[in-house]
Amino acid sequence: MSIEVSGVNKRYGDFVALENINLSIPTGGLTALLGPSGGGKTTLLRVIAGLETADSGSILIEGTDATRLAVQKRNVGFVFQHYAAFKHMSVARNVAFGLEIRKRPKGEIQARVEELLELVHLSQFAHRLPSQLSGGQRQRMALARALAVEPTVLLLDEPFGALDAKVRKELRDWLRRLHEEVHVTTVFVTHDQEEALEVADEIVVINEGRVEQVGTPDQLYDAPANDFVMGFLGSVTTLDGQLVRPHDIEVSLAPAGPDSIEGTVSRVQRIGFEVRLTVLTDDGEVVTVELTRPHARRLALEQGRVVFLSALFEPAKPVLVAGA
Amino acid sequence: MAELIGTRPAASRPALAHNLTRTSGIGLGLTMLWFSLLVLLPLAAVIVTASQAGWSGFWSTITNDQTAASIRLTVLAAVVVTALNVFTGTAIAWVLVRDHFPGKGLLELIIDVPFALPTIVAGLVLLSLYGNESPLGLHWANTQWSVYLAFLFVTLPFVVRTVQPVLEELESDVEEAAASLGASRVTTFRRIILPSLAPAIAAGAALSFARAVGEYGSLVLLSGNLPFESEVSSVRILSAIEHDNPGGAASIATLLLLISLAVILLLDLIQRRVARRG
Repeated sequence: MSIEVSGVNKRYGDFVALENINLSIPTGGLTALLGPSGGGKTTLLRVIAGLETADSGSILIEGTDATRLAVQKRNVGFVFQHYAAFKHMSVARNVAFGLEIRKRPKGEIQARVEELLELVHLSQFAHRLPSQLSGGQRQRMALARALAVEPTVLLLDEPFGALDAKVRKELRDWLRRLHEEVHVTTVFVTHDQEEALEVADEIVVINEGRVEQVGTPDQLYDAPANDFVMGFLGSVTTLDGQLVRPHDIEVSLAPAGPDSIEGTVSRVQRIGFEVRLTVLTDDGEVVTVELTRPHARRLALEQGRVVFLSALFEPAKPVLVAGA
Repeated sequence: MAELIGTRPAASRPALAHNLTRTSGIGLGLTMLWFSLLVLLPLAAVIVTASQAGWSGFWSTITNDQTAASIRLTVLAAVVVTALNVFTGTAIAWVLVRDHFPGKGLLELIIDVPFALPTIVAGLVLLSLYGNESPLGLHWANTQWSVYLAFLFVTLPFVVRTVQPVLEELESDVEEAAASLGASRVTTFRRIILPSLAPAIAAGAALSFARAVGEYGSLVLLSGNLPFESEVSSVRILSAIEHDNPGGAASIATLLLLISLAVILLLDLIQRRVARRG
């Protein structure tokens, strides 16, 4: 295990930012810390980096106890949401900074900077100032700067949070590919479930200072440990008092079985390739159902139509216990 | 008017014309008028008056032993005081921005006292503290140190007040990034923070120097205006006027003007160099 977090607590006055966090992050993986804003995920990342000290607990990085180690000595690469570019230095000098601090020979620094700029596709911008780059380019520069010192772990705090949707998507794919090339243990913080599901090998869901669940994207999506995880990873609705995903509800015009629930379509919305139904059941429950357009057309769904709903799968039951 | 604006598309105008809208045209006109009336014309008048006695008149005025001594004292004291302000002013600004301590609000307020105080009142304060009846036992009246003291007093806020807002705006994540790359606090200050502060420090230093060179009110009481000891050039200018020698006064003023200009240019040069380093 590359990073071992055990029994970490952190408070700010009365506010509990982290409560008894126990976590193992595997070597060479791409791990996402996912959760709502203010849930403690950034604090955890900063504690791992040494930018913040935990009130109690310990941090092991590659087997070395880093709990009391200053940030300068932890050999972590850190990427900030707002790039944290050194504004008065060229792109090349930004990337060279960590190597200059380590007093590497000039020729070696130059070669390494060239190689890294190549890797992040910024070779032709080497002599520009950060202010002359776009947001996405600045973040790639920040990534190259962090990678320059060959960190044991690479930590990214909402790395794409300040970028617009399209660039974000591109950088996400690019980070995934980069990780396959570089293979450094990477942990990134995000509040975007799609981002976590798409990029990460493993996701740690954090809420209110606690680890809710740890698992692969598939495990979390298909077998969420609790209602919070289920609700946070993808859309949910209630059917017969149970949380289910709107696309896991079967709609039919006749009762499909003894568990079918009768209701009336109160709204039909078309969103791109899918159709979203709002159904008012006879028990007074408002259920959202998502289905494909051909399917909706086959059933000739329209407002006022009586339909029967049943869950395609058994509602998910908690399978993993948080952080255990 | 709408038609007038509508009939002049920017793209079709000749290359030399400026793309000024009506409002910015008026704005620029007002700026230039104001600037000319208040700054350029008086400056030109001083230089013209100085030149009326010819080069030899100018030269003999400024090489007069007593005048030269006053200019030397003024410029030397202004340089020393400005250099001191660069360090202490930056340090005070740092403490005000980065540290939290009881009485910080009060200190914040007191910093501006030298600004707010009428200079002659400042002179009285200095006289009562460092004059012949000094309760501190420091008898600095009628010595050149009184000039340094008065300069230090009145120029204290300049560097503090120019550096403070820039320091407040500095993003902490930049310093954290440097630390995560292995930079010590000293290295981070030297290579990351200082280059960002350099323009503000230079601006504060320029203000501080200019203020010192022209200072009069706060030092006349304490310095005693002794020739070759504690007489500054502003006092020298006044005595030239009193002896009905406006040409002489203008000559000294012109020299001070040139020195100030040179110092401002030098500071800008240093600032650019530091800001690019790092």
